[in-house]
Amino acid sequence: MKYLDEYRDERIARALVADLHHRVARPWVLMEICGGQTHTLMRYGIDELVPKEITLVHGPGCPVCVTPLEIIDKAIRIASRPGVIFVSYGDMLRVPGSESDLLRVKAAGGDVRVVYSPMEALKIARANPQRQVVFFGIGFETTAPANAMAVWQARREGLRNFSMLASHVLVPPAIRLLLRSPQNRVQGFIAPGHVCTVMGYREYEALAQEFRVPFVVGGFEPIDLLEAISMLVAQLEEGRAEVENQYVRSVSREGNGPAQAIMQEVFEVCDRKWRGVGPIPESGLRLRPEFAAYDAEKVFDVASCSAEEPAECISAQVLQGLKKPVDCPAFGKRCTPESPLGAPMVSAEGACAAYYQYRRLAVVSQD
Amino acid sequence: MTVNEEPKLGFVCPTPLPSKDTVLLGHGSGGKLTADLIRRVFLPAFQNPILARLDDQAIVSVNGLRLAFTTDSFVVQPLFFPGGDIGSLAVHGTVNDLAMGGAQPLCLSAAFIIEEGLPMEILSQVVNSLHLAAESAGVQVVTGDTKVVEKGSGDGLFINTSGLGIVPEGLCLSADQARPGDRILLSGSIGEHGIAIMAVREGLEFDSPLQSDSAALHELVAAMVAAAPAGIRCMRDPTRGGLSSALNEIAAQSQVGMLLDDRTIPVREEVRGACELLGLDPLYVANEGKLVAVVAPESAEYVLGAMRSHPLGERAELIGTVTDAHPGVVAIRTLIGTTRIVDMLAGDQLPRIC
Repeated sequence: MKYLDEYRDERIARALVADLHHRVARPWVLMEICGGQTHTLMRYGIDELVPKEITLVHGPGCPVCVTPLEIIDKAIRIASRPGVIFVSYGDMLRVPGSESDLLRVKAAGGDVRVVYSPMEALKIARANPQRQVVFFGIGFETTAPANAMAVWQARREGLRNFSMLASHVLVPPAIRLLLRSPQNRVQGFIAPGHVCTVMGYREYEALAQEFRVPFVVGGFEPIDLLEAISMLVAQLEEGRAEVENQYVRSVSREGNGPAQAIMQEVFEVCDRKWRGVGPIPESGLRLRPEFAAYDAEKVFDVASCSAEEPAECISAQVLQGLKKPVDCPAFGKRCTPESPLGAPMVSAEGACAAYYQYRRLAVVSQD
Repeated sequence: MTVNEEPKLGFVCPTPLPSKDTVLLGHGSGGKLTADLIRRVFLPAFQNPILARLDDQAIVSVNGLRLAFTTDSFVVQPLFFPGGDIGSLAVHGTVNDLAMGGAQPLCLSAAFIIEEGLPMEILSQVVNSLHLAAESAGVQVVTGDTKVVEKGSGDGLFINTSGLGIVPEGLCLSADQARPGDRILLSGSIGEHGIAIMAVREGLEFDSPLQSDSAALHELVAAMVAAAPAGIRCMRDPTRGGLSSALNEIAAQSQVGMLLDDRTIPVREEVRGACELLGLDPLYVANEGKLVAVVAPESAEYVLGAMRSHPLGERAELIGTVTDAHPGVVAIRTLIGTTRIVDMLAGDQLPRIC
């Protein structure tokens, strides 16, 4: 299949790995920001292929993992109301709130539906004018334009039974926080290819300059990631701190203008709490006041609540690249995908789940 | 955190959730939740040595005759899909469960649970299709039952079929028979049934329409058994939960490891494309006309040849080997030459956000 097979080719992979061995002289700690990239790294065992000088740590870019507990609790409360059709992307359904998750709301009779696009939620709203349809609008800059478009379209059509529970997060503020931390050990970043497809990579140029760290915008196939790692190592060994683009088949420096414009029109930047990380200033998007009629938090009176993670979960350190999932004493024992202690064990893109799903063999044989 | 304390207001541990008090859809996914349900609820209640084998069918000896007996319920939506419908599926599913024990099917029962309001025309079409599928598989529906439930209590139509078959003398296939060194054979490309159903539900369109692979496999099985009567250890049809669940079950029952090779597992381009688009892994997608067989190394060539000579096994492949390393774990050599685990999913495969 074109655009896939050539990025999963063993010969190319071996050549890249050989080149990397040749190129690396000193130890480096690299972070892939996006959960989709973490998933590929684990699925293809790329961390085992790269030279031992390279340590890969996993970033906060799993939208499911970082969606705050309070928002999930609000989603559960709204979805439990009679007359509501609650519409969500699939992998949010299993993420635990304080006491329940959306799958359980569905089992108890709630009308919870999975869609692939927020536009399908609009279709559901049109087909069910007597019911309130609420779309769970979460994710990074990747999903924000489509979600913005759904709200924009709803207003244009005058749909009165559609609203969005929006909890978008932005990548650059989280990376800034990480780089400012005295504990930071990340020396180079693989920037998230899908996010940059929308946003371009100018924001990362500012970060590269300010903190003197290199970024390479990377794709999601094994060859993409090996190339991105190789480009990062080249920069580090040569003492450069630039933003380079490996994912040229999708990403341009300016990004997708119309997508950015619709985001601007519908959303505004706000402070946001990240699950497992904490509050990060100006790191989220919420609906602008002009769209308040489509804001589920305003349409439904769901009081804010606060809840804490179990003390044993080290997801905060995992999501900041300070620890690896296997460093957690609960990993694979008290914390598994069937009974997760924290969100990174829930989503397929969560670092802990990716380790558990694909790499227990290596972990077991090391024990 | 103290585990034994009652949760208090204000500080509520978000996980683990009270996971065992409610039946979730995931309990029917064929993955770990299903296995857990069987282990915790059904096995303790009905415990007996025949059930404990956890095969697709029970083998019961009656006066020296070895009968295979199985039952399966069909709740597919939509009722009609490219390549089949709930009627033909109800025949193929049960015939295949018998065939996986090496049995040749004798007869079937069919029970219909019908929601009031179902158009008679639809029921007639389904019944006719069930009849044609049974006829072409060479089995008769010899008993049946009808129940009608109130509107809202069913989803149009559910069908249960049970099947009876005869196991040829000397043939003893069971999921606990796999041995290190055995070869793993797959009868054809995977994921077609699941993706065909999902394509209808999600409104996906393909250049060439993708059909469910729904088919009765007992003749393919007979050809394989004839090629190497003593060489076949066990067989499974990878339905719900896909190839991954079928192999994980065998690995667990036999306490052996498995090493697959991703390059040899056939997946049609349409299925690959749809899986990429939907964020699914074909290894976990359902099949209704494929089988996976664990075969003694010296018989593998003959069995594979017999499979490829049969229309339902034309694209059969040797996809891996049974190993004594990592018992109970299925691993796969990836396309770039590394090795990873093929785990059984906890519940349903949920589409990813991005």
